[in-house]
Amino acid sequence: MDNLSQNGEGKTSIIEDGSIASKNSNLNVCNVCLGILQNFCEKEFIKKVCQKVEASGFEFTNLVLSISFPPQLSVREHAAWLLVKQEMGKQSLSLGRNDIVQLKEAYKWIIHPLFSEELGVPIDGKSLFEVSVVFAHPETVEDCHFLRVICPDCFKPAKNKKSVFTRMAVMKALNKIKEEDFCKQFPCPPNSPKAVCSVVEIECAHGAVFVAGRYNKYSRNLPQTPWIIDGERKLDSSVEELISDHLLTVFKAESFNFSSSGREDVDVRTLGNGRPFAIELVNPHRVHFTSQEIKELQQKINNSSNKIQVRDLQLVTREAIGHMKEGEEEKTKTYSALIWTNKAIQRKDIEFLDDIKDLKIDQKTPLRVLHRRPLAVRTRIIHSMETHYVDEHHFRLYLKTQAGTYIKEFVHGDFGRTKPNICSLMDVTADILELDVESVDVDWPPALDD
Amino acid sequence: MATEPETPVAALAAEPAVPSLVDRYFTRWYKADVKGKPCEDHCILQHSNRICVITLAGSHPVLQSGKAIKSISYQISTNCSRLQNKVSGKFKRGAQILTELAPLCKIYCSDGEEYTIYICVRGRLMVVNENILHKPSILQEKPSTEGYTAVVLPKFEESKSITEGFTDTKTV
Repeated sequence: MDNLSQNGEGKTSIIEDGSIASKNSNLNVCNVCLGILQNFCEKEFIKKVCQKVEASGFEFTNLVLSISFPPQLSVREHAAWLLVKQEMGKQSLSLGRNDIVQLKEAYKWIIHPLFSEELGVPIDGKSLFEVSVVFAHPETVEDCHFLRVICPDCFKPAKNKKSVFTRMAVMKALNKIKEEDFCKQFPCPPNSPKAVCSVVEIECAHGAVFVAGRYNKYSRNLPQTPWIIDGERKLDSSVEELISDHLLTVFKAESFNFSSSGREDVDVRTLGNGRPFAIELVNPHRVHFTSQEIKELQQKINNSSNKIQVRDLQLVTREAIGHMKEGEEEKTKTYSALIWTNKAIQRKDIEFLDDIKDLKIDQKTPLRVLHRRPLAVRTRIIHSMETHYVDEHHFRLYLKTQAGTYIKEFVHGDFGRTKPNICSLMDVTADILELDVESVDVDWPPALDD
Repeated sequence: MATEPETPVAALAAEPAVPSLVDRYFTRWYKADVKGKPCEDHCILQHSNRICVITLAGSHPVLQSGKAIKSISYQISTNCSRLQNKVSGKFKRGAQILTELAPLCKIYCSDGEEYTIYICVRGRLMVVNENILHKPSILQEKPSTEGYTAVVLPKFEESKSITEGFTDTKTV
């Protein structure tokens, strides 16, 4: 179905199984456009492409057409231009390159209205929905080869066995090559080919859309991203999958990229208003949703799991993601920690912590992440703390800290690598039993009334 | 503001001491009589992420009561000081790559005895603990945590094999 190829001269016609066969006729194939303006401007061809577009199952209200011509077409166009320039020169008329209509532009002038009419939507250069049509002409592929001899530096070694004669490289060489050299190597006018171009690819793709929200995490046994070692999953599911899998289905997307304003450990809950996140849905087939539909989607996610909950789910633009990442570096976070002490403590032993403001701490890279992070010292600020006595060996500590603070290490000291720490401040051995994120102080995405 | 603690308060007070930081994240590997010297037992704490923290086992002479440390030095030879170890980047470039019997530091005791702490496992030297230089008593007070000697990153492929021959129980 993909190959609308033409075996010989003449008009295209569509036979039952969808392949295009030749009809004998005496039409010569154009030596410049290689048959593109001759055969591929007809309603029948457009219809065939549009059928494929419709079959692809994308939802769209406009589209951008991306047409790819074989690189040798640029060579032939260049030859034609030189010839015309020469002829005009003989009549003492000068001609700029921009006075000539580009082949691709002309082609688009013809087919854009035809596509628009067939699909019932406008062509818009800014559209996220792209239909790409790729032409090839194997017969004349060697037309370009002489350029590599004359301008070898324009042609970088090919990656992945693809041809080194890309359109960009060919254009670069054509801009560089001197007129005389060109005319020596390439016939002006060019030779006539035997066959017309063929379409080797018709692809549809939709640009990514972005969904943002805030998530709460109520499980102490859930990683943010899938935890897989040597192909074996260590823990069931993950925050990102519990949220994104539903979106992937509803948006009919190929894949997703999950990002959030910081993250928490497997055993840490995220309470309060939750943590901002954004999900990029790659190549979504469905993109239009009313706010009611998004609300229902949010409800669906929330009904499907009690380990996480989402709020403020909404469509956002790519630019908006910047607000979230800003939060990661700059905004404060608040936490609550349940702390155990080896020494018996009384209320008076912890009260002094409430009065400490803007405590500067130096944190060497925690041992638990040292295998994948550089060795460094990070200075962070604990803005304020509030203690709640529980019993002789336990108390709750609420803290408001700078973004990027390792809370667990501030409590137990991480072998003395975080200084000062709760152990050094209280002169005890302390450890952290539970940690919760109480708030992530980023005011994005905008809160929605539920 | 505050949310309900997960475990009821009464139960917390009655619980025994929680597993320590070391027990939660590390496996203790003991190597006895390092370099043939009786009782100079080392304890390598290996994190689940493969990083090794070099410490002394409780049976080591330096940790016996009555022993006083005069000073500790990372200068192990005229040309080599472990303090010169400078590591940069995620891939820890510049780290000294050491084999099992490489010395890490020297301990000088008030009674004239000298002891050497060895790395015991092959890998990149990440960190030497400068806290014990300034306050040697920490080595004796908190040998398994703040009194550690060094942190080593073994090769990924070797993370299990480096502790072959070690025991995971304390020597008597």
